[in-house]
Amino acid sequence: MYEQIASNKRRSVALIAGFVLLLGLVGVAINQLIGYGAVGVVIAFAIAAALAVGSYWKSDAIALAVSRARPADPQQYRRLYNLVEGLCIASGLPQPKIYIIEDPAPNAFATGRNPQHAAVAVTSGLLEKLNRVELEGVLAHELSHIKNYDVLVSTLAVTMVGAMAMLADITIRMMWWNGGRTRRDGDQQDRNNPLAFVGFAILLIAPVVAKLLQFAVSRRRESLADVSAVHMTRYPPGLISALEKLRDDSTVTHSASRATAHLWIEAPVPRQVEEGKLSWLNRLFDTHPPLEERIAALREL
Amino acid sequence: MVFVWIIIILVVLAVLYAVGLRNGLVRNRNRVENAWAQIDVQLKRRADLIPNLLETVKGYAAHERETLDAVVNARNAAVSANTPAAASAADAQMTGALGRLFALSEAYPDLKANQNFLALQEELTATEDKVGYARQAYNDSVTTYNTKIQQFPGSIFASRMGFVAREYFHVDEAAKAAPKIQF
Repeated sequence: MYEQIASNKRRSVALIAGFVLLLGLVGVAINQLIGYGAVGVVIAFAIAAALAVGSYWKSDAIALAVSRARPADPQQYRRLYNLVEGLCIASGLPQPKIYIIEDPAPNAFATGRNPQHAAVAVTSGLLEKLNRVELEGVLAHELSHIKNYDVLVSTLAVTMVGAMAMLADITIRMMWWNGGRTRRDGDQQDRNNPLAFVGFAILLIAPVVAKLLQFAVSRRRESLADVSAVHMTRYPPGLISALEKLRDDSTVTHSASRATAHLWIEAPVPRQVEEGKLSWLNRLFDTHPPLEERIAALREL
Repeated sequence: MVFVWIIIILVVLAVLYAVGLRNGLVRNRNRVENAWAQIDVQLKRRADLIPNLLETVKGYAAHERETLDAVVNARNAAVSANTPAAASAADAQMTGALGRLFALSEAYPDLKANQNFLALQEELTATEDKVGYARQAYNDSVTTYNTKIQQFPGSIFASRMGFVAREYFHVDEAAKAAPKIQF
């Protein structure tokens, strides 16, 4: 269990490093093409970061408003509050605010910029369909997201993607409208410079690769949250049984959208099970690892 | 001249490192103390819930003297235990008595339907869980503390600075047996 946690954390770091590398590559490519490389990267990163920090700071309010969540009454939802309190004792986290979403589909999410400003929301469908230990497993998964600062990690990933998209976009436009003139000397030779073509190719592909990296980060953090949840409860069958029930339940969560898809415990967008040669390509765009894979990973603990 | 400066900087760095190490060990030891105290908080909460539970049950099943008395005795034992061994034994006694009481309620449908009883049952189950989690958190904090004392840089200084390894929370062999329920 501890090895799995460590391995997940290592892979997250590797993915973020991959982002930074990609950003550097894009910067070099831009330098080749229009000569504004370093400055451009810094400015694009600053703009993307400014946009992302706003959404990160208010992440709990935004996510809850989008999902139409209402605060849960402690007297009415006694069991829910008791379970969260127990898990907070086990993990040393401060008590997050608890919200309810009226939706028959079983699902839950956690949000908040740090453990002191966190919130957990569950759907009414989840409370109806899961028993006590399963509910505890799901809540432990959500609290693990808070404990591992996953909102911060996702914001980092989104900032990188935004910066790269901006850079690629602006550079290509500058190249187009400039008629090939650059700030550097010797630009006339660049017409035939193979590196310039490579740079252009990088600019086209980089935003897509960045998006794929972002999805990979999301999947990795989901796996980490699963293992951390079991570390909290020391009871793998609880979460395994909950995931099995989620897998067998086919109700679609209506309160979610693609924008908030990565926050939930189960991908709320209906997944088409595809056969065929390109299905692996579709799987690269998933925010969550497939439920079968998650259940199998937990059984190994 | 440069040589002297290098030596001075290295000494300063070494001192800062030692200070940081000691502070880290102090922090971990305090976490262990805190976690130990938190277990008692949950145990006390459980003891406080018992009288309410007994009153509710007496309203429906006053003649079940044995089971009710078992709970009362267990609670008294738990409250008055001072050594860890006595506390552990009292805890096992309490779990057994409560288990029998809740099993008993199966025979009284009116009691089972009583909202008060259901709420108390939920609270007691939750408190038992919290006691378990508090012990888990204590053992986790002891693991972190013991590891820091025993790993390389800490092990040199720890015993000299007065940091000793702490014991884990164990459950007695007798307490591990599940309470027998007879109908």
